[in-house]
Amino acid sequence: MKTLLSGNEAIARGAYEAGATVATAYPGTPSTEIVETVAKYPEIYSEWAPNEKVALEVGIGASIAGARVLVAMKHVGVNVAADPLFTFSYTGVNGGLVLISAGDPGMHSSQNEQDNRYYAKFAKVPMLEPSSSQEAKDMVKAAYLLSETFDTPVMVRTTTRIAHSQTPVEMDERQECQLKEYVKNPKKYVMIPAYGRMRHKVVEERRMALEKESDASPWNYIEWGDKKIGIITSGINYQYVKEAAGSASILKLGMINPLPKKVITEFVSQVDEVYVVEELEPFIEEQVSSWGLKVIGKDVFPRTGEFSPELIAEKLLGQTGAEEAAAAAEQSIPVRPPVLCPGCPHRGMYYVINKLKLKVAGDIGCYTLGALPPLEAMDSCICMGASIGTALGMEKARGKEFGQKLVAIIGDSTFMHSGITGLLDVVYNKGTTTTIILDNRTTAMTGHQDNPGTGYTVKKEETVEVDLPNLVKALGIKRVIEVDPYDLDKVEEIMKEETVTDEPSVIIAKRPCALLDKSVQPPMAIDQDKCTGCKRCMKLGCPAIALDGEEITINYTQCNGCELCIQVCRFEAIGKAGDQ
Amino acid sequence: MIKPVDILIVGVGGQGTVLASKILAQVGLGIGVDVKVSEIHGMAQRGGSVVTQVRFGKEVHSPIIKKGGADIILAFEKLEALRWLDYLSGDGQIIVNDQQIDPMPVIMGAVQYPQDILNTINNSAANTLVIDALSLAKDAGNIKTANVVLLGILARQLDIPKEVWLKALENIVPAKFFEVNKNAFELGYK
Repeated sequence: MKTLLSGNEAIARGAYEAGATVATAYPGTPSTEIVETVAKYPEIYSEWAPNEKVALEVGIGASIAGARVLVAMKHVGVNVAADPLFTFSYTGVNGGLVLISAGDPGMHSSQNEQDNRYYAKFAKVPMLEPSSSQEAKDMVKAAYLLSETFDTPVMVRTTTRIAHSQTPVEMDERQECQLKEYVKNPKKYVMIPAYGRMRHKVVEERRMALEKESDASPWNYIEWGDKKIGIITSGINYQYVKEAAGSASILKLGMINPLPKKVITEFVSQVDEVYVVEELEPFIEEQVSSWGLKVIGKDVFPRTGEFSPELIAEKLLGQTGAEEAAAAAEQSIPVRPPVLCPGCPHRGMYYVINKLKLKVAGDIGCYTLGALPPLEAMDSCICMGASIGTALGMEKARGKEFGQKLVAIIGDSTFMHSGITGLLDVVYNKGTTTTIILDNRTTAMTGHQDNPGTGYTVKKEETVEVDLPNLVKALGIKRVIEVDPYDLDKVEEIMKEETVTDEPSVIIAKRPCALLDKSVQPPMAIDQDKCTGCKRCMKLGCPAIALDGEEITINYTQCNGCELCIQVCRFEAIGKAGDQ
Repeated sequence: MIKPVDILIVGVGGQGTVLASKILAQVGLGIGVDVKVSEIHGMAQRGGSVVTQVRFGKEVHSPIIKKGGADIILAFEKLEALRWLDYLSGDGQIIVNDQQIDPMPVIMGAVQYPQDILNTINNSAANTLVIDALSLAKDAGNIKTANVVLLGILARQLDIPKEVWLKALENIVPAKFFEVNKNAFELGYK
């Protein structure tokens, strides 16, 4: 019987079957479950690295040392890891290394929808792109062979609909893979200019060899159908095309860098009209057009968002899918944006920030939800770790007075990912910025992964727990204050004090994520006789507190009993449900 | 083999739609059909609108269901039922949990929670089934098993042996929670 696996689980299985012994990643939707799954195999050393750059560097070390390695990250994580990636392309591998890049067209859980296929072309490494979980597993195994045959890291690209779709997979046994011999070889692995120049030539020879390989690759194949329309596609869009226009001739690309020029040229010559169906950028279209071949792509297909079978049917066959009446009805349905959970320890911090009218340089994590109504307590959010540097830049541009009404806000995992260097800059260049580290003891947004602050590894082994206050002090911050974010008076007192001081300070708001704390607290209720309807409690932006006609009520199925609302009510109208 | 079936499971992040779809997918595998399941993780899960798409068939290509293509919509919340209603096929069935969870714009008083959702749905869908899953989950012994109650109701609509469902349930939920979940499933299935 086949097993139902998500694309991520299939990638993990592929690495396992291929005999990988080292896996490393930083969590990021939609890639997180890859190393979470790998970690369950005792044969594979697995880790959460503090960030993607370190993850890839650990992977590179393991590869040079002779192991087969899996490194996984989301699309923007590759930006962080780009520095080692580009030079690792020069050195090549010893043990095979497969780098997973999980993209997010439609931005279900990302800050941009960059198209990472360009990374493969830019770094001159081969890239495979699966269309199902079965292919994800098989391609990872093939990628190790490609990596070792051509002496190159290999990228495997997925998108959300591959990573998070579960489809049936045929499981195979693990093939143990001996460590390759470790040989000191500075001309290959020490990239000083003299050796780098030699390796660049090797990379160019490899690029040409890979072009031939792509033309011969079984991952690039044609399904002949009606020759009036030919479709070149890859990844999840292959499935959409099969669904929407299955009778057309289809060139399915599995090896998308380098592209199979001969195969594509032959295909284009055999059909009347050729469409390239690819989400995001015209990666395939531009290259094919540059060869003088006529194809239709972004003239009809959007560059933004996800595709769907309906969209493809509409663009290719002129079928209109969605009825306009339905679209009109949709307009009147209230949207349901994500919100900070009931009991979330971040909520109190934002409540006080709003009360003090502070500006916020924000960061990436659950707490980014503080940007949405009703809290709307965020002025900027760019990428992992950006908050602290951004705040310093704001202060330097507008002066100290501005800086005293400004905080940087960053989660514990994000701080360790790439916030530390920003804080070092604040100290070094005499900033006075106040940094708030929201220490909820986990990497919450991606589904509660461990990090250097939790005291546990990805395999749930106990390890050293980073001492955040002392780490911050060692950077040169003298004012380091810890506070319980459930204690609103204390939070307000500290925030008032720290924002106006003439030196940089760090406030560590420490309380575990409400979803991790399994203790059950009684829900709150509002005594309607005492409630004046002032709506102060609603400024918390708690999804459990709702306006029901004229009355404010607390939904007992939602409330987790954090008692923040009791603290903000001036009329003692809120209490534990049982007490009233 | 049962005929191809496309099922949309919709709700609010935190209601347990992902677990329900996991069990459903196991069931599909158990009866030997091709199965594809698509879900969204990450930010949307924090109290946002969530949807999982489950497709059974001889050969399934796209993991996502077309508008007007769902044979069954299993809605954990009324507003979400309405939101996804145009995905229901002309002769499709919608199962609605009679629960209201106000989204933030409603909580803030910026917009109204639509009135008469159940009527609207009833007038538009060929077949509507309304269930109070929270009460049944309470009866089962844990209010958090409302998702499995709803799964029990869904199971009743599909021509798949009950043992397959129970086996999938046992495979997916942690052993210590199996009994209460089994109770919940049975209450839905009745």
